[in-house]
Amino acid sequence: MTDLWSVDGWTLLVIAAMAGVTYASRVTGVLLVRVVPVSGRLAAALEAIPGSVLVALIAPTVLATGVAESAAALVVVVLAFRGPPILAIVAGVTTVVALRAIGL
Amino acid sequence: MSGASDLDVGPAAEARAAALAILPVVAAAAPFGLAIGTLATQAGMSVLEITVMSATVFAGSAQFVAVGLWTEPAALGTLVLATLIVNLRHVLMGAALAPHLRRFGRLRGAVALFAMADEIWALALRRGQTRPLTPVFYLTMAAILWCTWVSATLAGAALGAAIEDPAVYGFDFAFAAIFLTLLAGLWRGGRTAWPWAAAAGTAVVVDWLVPGAWSIFCGAVAGGVVGFLRGGRA
Repeated sequence: MTDLWSVDGWTLLVIAAMAGVTYASRVTGVLLVRVVPVSGRLAAALEAIPGSVLVALIAPTVLATGVAESAAALVVVVLAFRGPPILAIVAGVTTVVALRAIGL
Repeated sequence: MSGASDLDVGPAAEARAAALAILPVVAAAAPFGLAIGTLATQAGMSVLEITVMSATVFAGSAQFVAVGLWTEPAALGTLVLATLIVNLRHVLMGAALAPHLRRFGRLRGAVALFAMADEIWALALRRGQTRPLTPVFYLTMAAILWCTWVSATLAGAALGAAIEDPAVYGFDFAFAAIFLTLLAGLWRGGRTAWPWAAAAGTAVVVDWLVPGAWSIFCGAVAGGVVGFLRGGRA
Protein backbone atom coordinates (compact mmCIF):
# COMPACT_ATOMS: atom_id res chain seq x y z
CA MET A 1 0.00 0.00 0.00
CA THR A 2 1.10 3.53 -0.69
CA ASP A 3 1.87 5.94 2.11
CA LEU A 4 -1.41 6.74 3.91
CA TRP A 5 -0.93 10.48 3.94
CA SER A 6 0.75 10.90 0.55
CA VAL A 7 -0.95 12.96 -2.13
CA ASP A 8 -0.41 12.32 -5.80
CA GLY A 9 -0.63 15.34 -8.12
CA TRP A 10 -2.52 13.51 -10.86
CA THR A 11 -5.01 12.09 -8.35
CA LEU A 12 -5.64 15.58 -6.99
CA LEU A 13 -6.27 16.83 -10.52
CA VAL A 14 -8.80 14.04 -11.13
CA ILE A 15 -10.54 14.81 -7.82
CA ALA A 16 -10.66 18.51 -8.73
CA ALA A 17 -12.23 17.65 -12.10
CA MET A 18 -14.85 15.49 -10.37
CA ALA A 19 -15.58 18.32 -7.93
CA GLY A 20 -15.89 20.78 -10.83
CA VAL A 21 -18.33 18.57 -12.75
CA THR A 22 -20.40 18.01 -9.61
CA TYR A 23 -20.55 21.71 -8.79
CA ALA A 24 -21.50 22.54 -12.37
CA SER A 25 -24.38 20.03 -12.20
CA ARG A 26 -25.66 21.66 -9.02
CA VAL A 27 -25.45 25.24 -10.33
CA THR A 28 -26.76 24.70 -13.88
CA GLY A 29 -30.41 24.15 -12.98
CA VAL A 30 -30.58 27.28 -10.83
CA LEU A 31 -28.98 29.41 -13.57
CA LEU A 32 -31.28 27.92 -16.23
CA VAL A 33 -34.52 28.92 -14.51
CA ARG A 34 -33.14 32.46 -14.19
CA VAL A 35 -32.80 32.68 -17.98
CA VAL A 36 -35.88 30.69 -19.02
CA PRO A 37 -39.19 32.12 -17.76
CA VAL A 38 -41.07 29.48 -15.78
CA SER A 39 -44.87 29.38 -15.96
CA GLY A 40 -47.76 27.22 -17.13
CA ARG A 41 -46.82 23.69 -18.13
CA LEU A 42 -43.13 24.23 -17.47
CA ALA A 43 -44.01 25.18 -13.89
CA ALA A 44 -46.13 22.03 -13.60
CA ALA A 45 -43.19 19.98 -14.87
CA LEU A 46 -40.82 21.58 -12.35
CA GLU A 47 -43.35 20.98 -9.60
CA ALA A 48 -43.46 17.28 -10.51
CA ILE A 49 -39.69 16.86 -10.52
CA PRO A 50 -38.78 16.84 -6.78
CA GLY A 51 -41.05 13.90 -5.98
CA SER A 52 -40.07 12.19 -9.23
CA VAL A 53 -36.34 12.39 -8.36
CA LEU A 54 -36.99 10.83 -4.95
CA VAL A 55 -39.25 8.15 -6.46
CA ALA A 56 -36.66 7.34 -9.13
CA LEU A 57 -33.91 7.14 -6.48
CA ILE A 58 -35.75 4.54 -4.41
CA ALA A 59 -37.95 2.70 -6.93
CA PRO A 60 -35.40 -0.01 -7.85
CA THR A 61 -34.74 -0.68 -4.14
CA VAL A 62 -38.37 -0.62 -3.09
CA LEU A 63 -40.04 -2.37 -6.04
CA ALA A 64 -37.44 -4.65 -7.59
CA THR A 65 -35.01 -5.87 -4.92
CA GLY A 66 -36.90 -8.33 -2.78
CA VAL A 67 -39.75 -9.04 -0.37
CA ALA A 68 -37.86 -7.58 2.61
CA GLU A 69 -37.35 -4.17 0.95
CA SER A 70 -40.90 -3.93 -0.43
CA ALA A 71 -42.51 -4.93 2.89
CA ALA A 72 -40.32 -2.54 4.89
CA ALA A 73 -41.16 0.28 2.45
CA LEU A 74 -44.87 -0.37 3.04
CA VAL A 75 -44.28 -0.13 6.81
CA VAL A 76 -42.49 3.21 6.34
CA VAL A 77 -45.22 4.69 4.11
CA VAL A 78 -48.06 3.67 6.46
CA LEU A 79 -46.27 5.07 9.52
CA ALA A 80 -45.06 8.23 7.73
CA PHE A 81 -48.67 9.36 7.24
CA ARG A 82 -49.44 8.81 10.92
CA GLY A 83 -46.50 9.79 13.12
CA PRO A 84 -43.08 11.41 13.29
CA PRO A 85 -40.72 10.52 10.38
CA ILE A 86 -37.97 9.19 12.66
CA LEU A 87 -40.30 6.45 13.99
CA ALA A 88 -41.20 5.41 10.45
CA ILE A 89 -37.50 5.28 9.46
CA VAL A 90 -36.46 3.20 12.49
CA ALA A 91 -39.41 0.83 12.02
CA GLY A 92 -38.53 0.42 8.33
CA VAL A 93 -34.85 -0.35 8.96
CA THR A 94 -35.77 -2.77 11.76
CA THR A 95 -38.23 -4.52 9.44
CA VAL A 96 -35.70 -4.89 6.63
CA VAL A 97 -33.02 -6.25 8.98
CA ALA A 98 -35.49 -8.73 10.52
CA LEU A 99 -36.84 -9.94 7.17
CA ARG A 100 -33.34 -10.29 5.69
CA ALA A 101 -32.29 -12.27 8.77
CA ILE A 102 -35.01 -14.87 8.10
CA GLY A 103 -33.92 -15.06 4.50
CA LEU A 104 -36.58 -13.01 2.71
CA MET B 1 -44.45 29.24 -0.02
CA SER B 2 -45.86 30.78 3.13
CA GLY B 3 -44.74 34.28 3.98
CA ALA B 4 -46.18 34.31 7.48
CA SER B 5 -43.74 36.25 9.64
CA ASP B 6 -45.05 34.69 12.86
CA LEU B 7 -43.40 31.49 11.71
CA ASP B 8 -40.00 33.20 11.64
CA VAL B 9 -38.77 32.63 15.14
CA GLY B 10 -35.13 33.64 14.88
CA PRO B 11 -31.83 32.09 13.78
CA ALA B 12 -31.32 29.98 16.92
CA ALA B 13 -34.65 28.23 16.48
CA GLU B 14 -33.93 27.81 12.75
CA ALA B 15 -30.57 26.19 13.51
CA ARG B 16 -32.16 23.89 16.10
CA ALA B 17 -34.87 22.84 13.64
CA ALA B 18 -32.20 22.18 10.99
CA ALA B 19 -30.13 20.02 13.35
CA LEU B 20 -33.22 17.99 14.22
CA ALA B 21 -34.18 17.59 10.56
CA ILE B 22 -30.73 16.38 9.46
CA LEU B 23 -30.26 13.94 12.37
CA PRO B 24 -31.68 10.80 10.66
CA VAL B 25 -29.59 11.60 7.56
CA VAL B 26 -26.43 11.93 9.69
CA ALA B 27 -27.11 8.55 11.29
CA ALA B 28 -27.59 6.96 7.87
CA ALA B 29 -24.71 8.74 6.11
CA ALA B 30 -21.98 8.07 8.71
CA PRO B 31 -21.70 4.31 7.94
CA PHE B 32 -21.44 5.11 4.24
CA GLY B 33 -18.69 7.62 4.95
CA LEU B 34 -16.79 4.91 6.83
CA ALA B 35 -17.41 2.52 3.93
CA ILE B 36 -16.18 4.89 1.20
CA GLY B 37 -13.03 5.60 3.23
CA THR B 38 -12.30 1.92 3.62
CA LEU B 39 -13.07 1.02 -0.01
CA ALA B 40 -10.98 3.92 -1.33
CA THR B 41 -7.83 2.88 0.55
CA GLN B 42 -8.34 -0.68 -0.72
CA ALA B 43 -8.57 0.73 -4.25
CA GLY B 44 -5.18 2.43 -3.81
CA MET B 45 -6.07 5.95 -2.70
CA SER B 46 -4.35 7.46 0.31
CA VAL B 47 -6.25 8.57 3.43
CA LEU B 48 -5.70 12.18 2.52
CA GLU B 49 -6.80 11.75 -1.09
CA ILE B 50 -10.20 10.21 -0.33
CA THR B 51 -10.78 12.73 2.47
CA VAL B 52 -10.09 15.56 0.03
CA MET B 53 -12.54 13.94 -2.39
CA SER B 54 -15.28 13.77 0.23
CA ALA B 55 -14.65 17.38 1.21
CA THR B 56 -14.66 18.79 -2.32
CA VAL B 57 -17.00 16.53 -4.33
CA PHE B 58 -19.46 15.88 -1.47
CA ALA B 59 -21.67 13.53 -3.48
CA GLY B 60 -22.06 10.03 -2.05
CA SER B 61 -23.35 8.15 -5.07
CA ALA B 62 -20.83 9.73 -7.47
CA GLN B 63 -18.00 8.92 -5.06
CA PHE B 64 -19.01 5.26 -4.71
CA VAL B 65 -19.09 4.94 -8.49
CA ALA B 66 -15.70 6.67 -8.79
CA VAL B 67 -14.05 4.49 -6.15
CA GLY B 68 -15.49 1.44 -7.90
CA LEU B 69 -13.83 2.57 -11.15
CA TRP B 70 -10.57 3.71 -9.52
CA THR B 71 -7.31 2.61 -11.17
CA GLU B 72 -3.66 3.51 -10.69
CA PRO B 73 -3.13 6.00 -12.24
CA ALA B 74 -6.70 7.31 -12.19
CA ALA B 75 -8.52 7.45 -15.56
CA LEU B 76 -9.52 11.11 -15.85
CA GLY B 77 -12.00 10.78 -18.75
CA THR B 78 -13.81 7.75 -17.35
CA LEU B 79 -14.16 9.25 -13.88
CA VAL B 80 -15.35 12.66 -15.08
CA LEU B 81 -17.89 11.07 -17.43
CA ALA B 82 -19.19 8.76 -14.69
CA THR B 83 -19.47 11.69 -12.28
CA LEU B 84 -21.37 13.68 -14.89
CA ILE B 85 -23.88 10.88 -15.52
CA VAL B 86 -24.47 10.25 -11.83
CA ASN B 87 -24.93 13.96 -11.15
CA LEU B 88 -27.13 14.84 -14.14
CA ARG B 89 -30.19 14.75 -11.87
CA HIS B 90 -28.79 17.74 -9.96
CA VAL B 91 -29.68 19.98 -12.91
CA LEU B 92 -33.37 19.17 -12.45
CA MET B 93 -33.08 19.34 -8.67
CA GLY B 94 -31.45 22.77 -8.78
CA ALA B 95 -34.18 24.08 -11.08
CA ALA B 96 -36.84 22.89 -8.62
CA LEU B 97 -35.03 24.38 -5.61
CA ALA B 98 -34.23 27.73 -7.30
CA PRO B 99 -37.35 29.64 -6.10
CA HIS B 100 -36.44 28.84 -2.47
CA LEU B 101 -32.88 30.15 -2.86
CA ARG B 102 -33.85 33.68 -3.94
CA ARG B 103 -33.29 35.23 -0.53
CA PHE B 104 -29.83 33.64 -0.13
CA GLY B 105 -27.70 36.21 -1.96
CA ARG B 106 -24.72 35.41 -4.16
CA LEU B 107 -22.15 33.98 -1.73
CA ARG B 108 -24.52 31.99 0.46
CA GLY B 109 -26.31 30.76 -2.65
CA ALA B 110 -23.02 29.53 -4.11
CA VAL B 111 -22.13 27.71 -0.88
CA ALA B 112 -25.65 26.27 -0.64
CA LEU B 113 -25.36 24.80 -4.14
CA PHE B 114 -21.95 23.30 -3.36
CA ALA B 115 -23.65 21.38 -0.54
CA MET B 116 -26.74 20.34 -2.54
CA ALA B 117 -26.54 16.61 -1.83
CA ASP B 118 -29.78 14.66 -2.39
CA GLU B 119 -30.74 14.65 1.28
CA ILE B 120 -30.02 18.36 1.82
CA TRP B 121 -32.00 19.21 -1.29
CA ALA B 122 -34.98 17.09 -0.26
CA LEU B 123 -35.10 18.46 3.29
CA ALA B 124 -34.72 22.04 2.05
CA LEU B 125 -37.62 21.64 -0.39
CA ARG B 126 -39.76 20.07 2.30
CA ARG B 127 -39.01 23.00 4.63
CA GLY B 128 -39.74 25.49 1.85
CA GLN B 129 -43.27 24.11 1.48
CA THR B 130 -44.37 25.03 4.99
CA ARG B 131 -42.35 28.19 5.67
CA PRO B 132 -39.70 30.36 3.99
CA LEU B 133 -36.40 28.49 3.62
CA THR B 134 -33.75 30.52 5.47
CA PRO B 135 -29.99 30.45 4.83
CA VAL B 136 -29.48 29.58 8.51
CA PHE B 137 -31.67 26.47 8.21
CA TYR B 138 -30.07 25.31 4.96
CA LEU B 139 -26.44 26.05 5.86
CA THR B 140 -26.76 24.49 9.33
CA MET B 141 -27.98 21.26 7.77
CA ALA B 142 -25.23 21.44 5.16
CA ALA B 143 -22.46 22.11 7.70
CA ILE B 144 -23.53 19.22 9.93
CA LEU B 145 -23.75 16.74 7.05
CA TRP B 146 -20.48 17.93 5.49
CA CYS B 147 -18.60 17.50 8.80
CA THR B 148 -20.18 14.05 9.25
CA TRP B 149 -19.29 12.94 5.72
CA VAL B 150 -15.69 14.20 5.82
CA SER B 151 -14.90 12.89 9.32
CA ALA B 152 -16.53 9.51 8.63
CA THR B 153 -14.52 9.21 5.41
CA LEU B 154 -11.31 10.06 7.27
CA ALA B 155 -12.12 7.57 10.03
CA GLY B 156 -13.02 4.81 7.58
CA ALA B 157 -9.84 5.36 5.57
CA ALA B 158 -7.52 5.69 8.58
CA LEU B 159 -8.96 2.81 10.63
CA GLY B 160 -9.70 0.63 7.60
CA ALA B 161 -12.30 -2.10 7.27
CA ALA B 162 -14.57 -0.49 9.88
CA ILE B 163 -17.73 -1.13 7.94
CA GLU B 164 -17.19 -2.66 4.54
CA ASP B 165 -20.79 -3.39 3.70
CA PRO B 166 -23.38 -1.13 5.37
CA ALA B 167 -26.14 -3.26 3.80
CA VAL B 168 -25.54 -5.99 6.38
CA TYR B 169 -26.92 -3.68 9.07
CA GLY B 170 -29.77 -2.27 6.98
CA PHE B 171 -28.12 1.16 6.59
CA ASP B 172 -28.66 0.98 2.84
CA PHE B 173 -32.40 0.86 3.44
CA ALA B 174 -32.24 3.86 5.78
CA PHE B 175 -31.89 6.16 2.75
CA ALA B 176 -34.91 4.62 1.06
CA ALA B 177 -36.84 5.03 4.33
CA ILE B 178 -35.79 8.68 4.70
CA PHE B 179 -36.83 9.46 1.12
CA LEU B 180 -40.16 7.64 1.61
CA THR B 181 -41.02 9.81 4.63
CA LEU B 182 -40.14 12.92 2.58
CA LEU B 183 -42.36 11.66 -0.25
CA ALA B 184 -45.24 11.26 2.19
CA GLY B 185 -44.86 14.98 2.88
CA LEU B 186 -44.80 15.84 -0.84
CA TRP B 187 -47.93 13.77 -1.63
CA ARG B 188 -50.72 15.81 -3.27
CA GLY B 189 -53.11 13.11 -4.47
CA GLY B 190 -53.64 12.69 -8.21
CA ARG B 191 -51.45 15.68 -8.98
CA THR B 192 -48.43 13.74 -7.78
CA ALA B 193 -49.65 10.19 -8.43
CA TRP B 194 -49.22 10.20 -12.23
CA PRO B 195 -45.74 11.78 -12.40
CA TRP B 196 -44.55 9.50 -9.59
CA ALA B 197 -45.94 6.38 -11.27
CA ALA B 198 -44.11 7.35 -14.47
CA ALA B 199 -40.91 8.03 -12.51
CA ALA B 200 -41.11 4.70 -10.66
CA GLY B 201 -41.87 2.63 -13.77
CA THR B 202 -39.16 4.31 -15.83
CA ALA B 203 -36.55 4.02 -13.05
CA VAL B 204 -37.20 0.31 -12.51
CA VAL B 205 -37.04 -0.49 -16.23
CA VAL B 206 -33.94 1.64 -16.90
CA ASP B 207 -32.19 0.25 -13.80
CA TRP B 208 -32.91 -3.26 -15.11
CA LEU B 209 -31.57 -2.40 -18.58
CA VAL B 210 -28.54 -0.30 -17.54
CA PRO B 211 -27.70 -0.69 -13.85
CA GLY B 212 -26.33 2.56 -12.46
CA ALA B 213 -27.24 6.18 -12.28
CA TRP B 214 -29.20 6.57 -15.52
CA SER B 215 -32.37 5.27 -13.84
CA ILE B 216 -32.53 8.30 -11.53
CA PHE B 217 -32.17 10.85 -14.32
CA CYS B 218 -34.54 9.04 -16.70
CA GLY B 219 -37.14 8.54 -13.96
CA ALA B 220 -36.99 12.21 -13.00
CA VAL B 221 -37.37 13.27 -16.63
CA ALA B 222 -40.35 10.91 -17.08
CA GLY B 223 -42.04 12.43 -14.00
CA GLY B 224 -41.37 15.94 -15.30
CA VAL B 225 -42.77 15.09 -18.75
CA VAL B 226 -45.99 13.70 -17.23
CA GLY B 227 -46.26 16.82 -15.04
CA PHE B 228 -45.80 18.95 -18.17
CA LEU B 229 -48.44 17.03 -20.15
CA ARG B 230 -50.99 17.15 -17.34
CA GLY B 231 -50.26 20.82 -16.66
CA GLY B 232 -50.95 20.64 -12.93
CA ARG B 233 -54.32 18.84 -13.17
CA ALA B 234 -55.20 16.37 -10.40
